[in-house]
Order: sequence, then C-alpha cells, then structure tokens
Amino acid sequence: MTSEYMSPARKVYLDHSSTTPVRAEVLSVMMPFFAQAFGNASSIHRWGREARVGVETAREKVAYLLGAEPSEIVFTSGGTEADNLALRSTAHLLRSKGNHIITTAVEHHAVLHTCQVLEKEGYEVTYLPVDKYGMVSVESVREAIRPETILISVMHGQNEVGTIQPIEEIGLLAKEKGILLHTDAVQSAGKIPTKVRDMNVDLMTISSHKMYGPKGIGALYVRKGIRIAPQITGGAHERGRRAGTENVAGIVGFGEACYLAERELEAEGKRLTTLRDKLINGILEKIPDTVLNGHPTKRLPHNVNVSIKYVEGESVLLNLDRMGVGASSGSACTSGSLEPSHVLLAMGVPHEVAHGSIRMTLGRMNTEEDIDYVLEVLPPIVSRLREMSAFSASTDSEVCGGGHKNVQ
Amino acid sequence: MYNDKVMDHFFNPRNVGEMENPDGVGQVGNPICGDVMRVQIRVKDNRIEDVKFKTFGCGAAIATSSMVTELVKGLTLDEAMEVSNKTVAEALGGLPPQKMHCSNLAADALHEAIKDYRSKAAAAR
Repeated sequence: MTSEYMSPARKVYLDHSSTTPVRAEVLSVMMPFFAQAFGNASSIHRWGREARVGVETAREKVAYLLGAEPSEIVFTSGGTEADNLALRSTAHLLRSKGNHIITTAVEHHAVLHTCQVLEKEGYEVTYLPVDKYGMVSVESVREAIRPETILISVMHGQNEVGTIQPIEEIGLLAKEKGILLHTDAVQSAGKIPTKVRDMNVDLMTISSHKMYGPKGIGALYVRKGIRIAPQITGGAHERGRRAGTENVAGIVGFGEACYLAERELEAEGKRLTTLRDKLINGILEKIPDTVLNGHPTKRLPHNVNVSIKYVEGESVLLNLDRMGVGASSGSACTSGSLEPSHVLLAMGVPHEVAHGSIRMTLGRMNTEEDIDYVLEVLPPIVSRLREMSAFSASTDSEVCGGGHKNVQ
Repeated sequence: MYNDKVMDHFFNPRNVGEMENPDGVGQVGNPICGDVMRVQIRVKDNRIEDVKFKTFGCGAAIATSSMVTELVKGLTLDEAMEVSNKTVAEALGGLPPQKMHCSNLAADALHEAIKDYRSKAAAAR
C-alpha cells in the first residue's frame, strides 16, 4: 500500500449514521460501573443498589430526551431489538383484534425483515410506497387502514436519504382510528426534536450508539397503558418487558448521551444543517451530473446523500477512504447483495444511478474545513473514475434502452 | 476486504481507455447489477497487439478489467480465449467471495471482443 494511503492529509469521518464515537463525558460516567459499582441492579445489597441508582438515573435522562415518563422506557440491546419488540409484541398481543400491519417500503431492515417474518406467521403487511423524496403520504396511510389493522410502523428520519416523515400527522390519524403507531427514531433522536407527546406515537425505537453513546444498548418507548409481551423471556427485568441482567454501564452511558444530546440539540442541529447544505451545494455545483437523494429541506440535519452518475459507489468510497474520508453507499457492492439500496429503488431512482449513491453523515467533530477538504478531493476522484467508466452522458440512451448482454 | 494487489490494480489500472478503430469490441454486464465492462482489442498476426478497457463498476470490476488486459497482451487469440475469470481472480491473489460472481466478468468481455473480431474477419473474407 502506498504511504499516501496510510497517512492521508486529513481524516474526515462522515459516517455518523452508521455509528458515532463515544463522547468523553459519556465514557467517564460509564467507567465506575465496570469494576467498582459492578453490582447486579436486581440485588438487594449495596452493590446492587448502587447499580440500580445508575440504571434509574439513566432512565430519567432517556425519558427527558423523549419527553416521556421514566416508566415508559424499556432498555434493549439496541435499535434492532427495540424494533423487533415493538412489532412482534404488538402483533402477538393484538392477534385477536386483527392481523394487518401498515409500514413503508423505506424502513430499516430491522422493521422490514421482522414484517416479513410476521407475514409467514399469517399477518398481512402493507408496504406503503414513497414519493421521489422518500416521503410517505398521510393519505396513503389513511387509505391502507382496514378494520383489522392493529399497527402502523413508520420511521421518523430515514437512515439513508435523511427524509423526515410526517409522523405527527400519521399519529393523529392513528389516534383517530384507534391504531397503535410505532416509529423507528434511531436516526432522528438526538438530532431533531423527538418528543413522544408532540409526535403522537405509542412506541418509539432509539439507539445509543447513533448519539455518541456506547454500542449494545437502546430503548423502546412504550406509552403508559400499552402492554408489552417480552420477546426475550427470563427474569422480571424492565417490569417484565425485557428479561436479562441490565447492561448497567451501557445504560448509564446511554442516559448521559441522551442528556447531552437534548441539551445541545438546537445549537448542534443548526450547525450541522449549515455544514450539510454547504456540502450538498458544493457537490452539486462542482460535479456535473449529480443529484441529491432525499428531501431538500424536510431532512435530517446531518444527512447528505447524492448520486454521482456514471460511477459506482464502492469505487468512490475506496478512493475517498484513501484520501482519509469515511463515507457509505447504497450501491449493491457495499450491501453484499446484487441489489442496490431498497430505499433508492422505492423512490424511483434508476438502478445505475442508485449504484452511484454516496451517503455522508455529519457529526459533532466535523468542521467547515472538513467540508472544504471533501469538496477538494471528491471532484478529481469522480473525474478519474468517469474517464475510466463504460458510461457517460453520451451513453445515457444506451443505458436506458438496455440491450447489454447480461451474463449473470 | 481487498488485498494489496487488487487495490494496486484499482488505484493504478493498466490499459484504461479507448482506441480508434479497434479490431474487436466486447461488452458484458448490466447497469442494473452495477458492473459494465467494455474491452477493445487490436489484433496483428493472430495476436493481441493492444488491449484497452473501460469499466463502470466496483473495485473488483476495475481491478479484474485491468488484470485481464495485462494478462493477454501479446498472447495469441487462442491463448487469450483460455484466460478465464478464474485465471484473472487467481492472478489478483483472490477476490472476496461476494465479488466472484457479480464483478468478475472481465475475461468474458475479452472473449466477446475476440469473438467480435473473428466474426468480422470471417465476414470480410
């Protein structure tokens, strides 16, 4: 490997929707809970009580971020488990009431694959389409509702393209119809307001490691009065809603991360939005044949997703990585399957354009200089790959017309 | 994910470009699956005198395209037809398993170019 690859001029992490570093403040409050206050939070002695205080204080902080009651927070191993718990519990408990679930085509796999499993169990699932911005319409939710609908699950901030769904309105509709509403707010919590009462949601998934907390911990908000059937059974932890000895240090860190996120939400949201728009506009101006994916304004403050025509995403990522920039892509090559992002395809983005999508998600450490650096290194990378590419603007009609031999 | 040899061919690809009036052209892949490779050859005395490629695709797609051009330059057409996708992957020191099918088509593109040359040559006779 060249020395240039080993030590780029600058390192810019732009993959905060994948995961974030643990904040120093978060790490420091976690530390005592590994070796000193190591007790089992269910134990009656002083070690146990110490751990219990850590867990319950953290629960208050998580509730603070969501504007919820602490008793409405159920800790899980992360966002995926919380999504599974929300969907499976509701489906199973309300089976006598109905068997229909409404969700969207652009959900995270934690929701989509769980819905597919429920379909095999005899549930019926409607996957709502989205518009070209990845937005679900409230009307489409209304039209999909049947007498046997028991749950609506629509994500808040879309993880790939950043589009913010009209959850408040969907919540009002769900209330009016007496149907439970779950939202996966893994990407939006800590970035934009996620007060459960304002959003009219009954169940909400959040995750610690997307907001500078540790991995392996998340939570499901469960509105008071809603029953939960544990999907992991065992002891009576989490008021019988999720068994297993509490991950005390993780919970404590998660609580601190929520508290800090809530405190800095507005200022950091504004700062990120400015950087986001600078990066989007810079790419669209400096690189011809690029398009923004996702909604231009109803968008998470840290999400940039562009398709760069005539190049493939992984090639761009490898080149960016060599220059010290960490990003991700919706191309098939990075998903481990032959299909590019299900989100971009649902938005009507053509396959070959979806293959050239690049997602850059900003975070606390990113500065304006980082954005300038990306805008400096990205255009030559694209030019070089385009010179190499079998496609160009002049072959567009050929691409659309197909006719290539497919030797798959 | 990729070894150093693959990365070398990806970052410093050999024989990229297009030639004027190539003797044979082969293109394989499909934009829907994200990889399209086009190979052009110049043939002299039944040997591949020059070869160029242009590829839309991932790291493996570009590296295999580069490697196949390097492997076949100077070979007779029959020898070049013996170079397979497997030969190319082995010459690169291996590819990640998920890349073996979707992105390892460069030899197919070359074979198409040779067939194109042969059918044109037969028609000219």
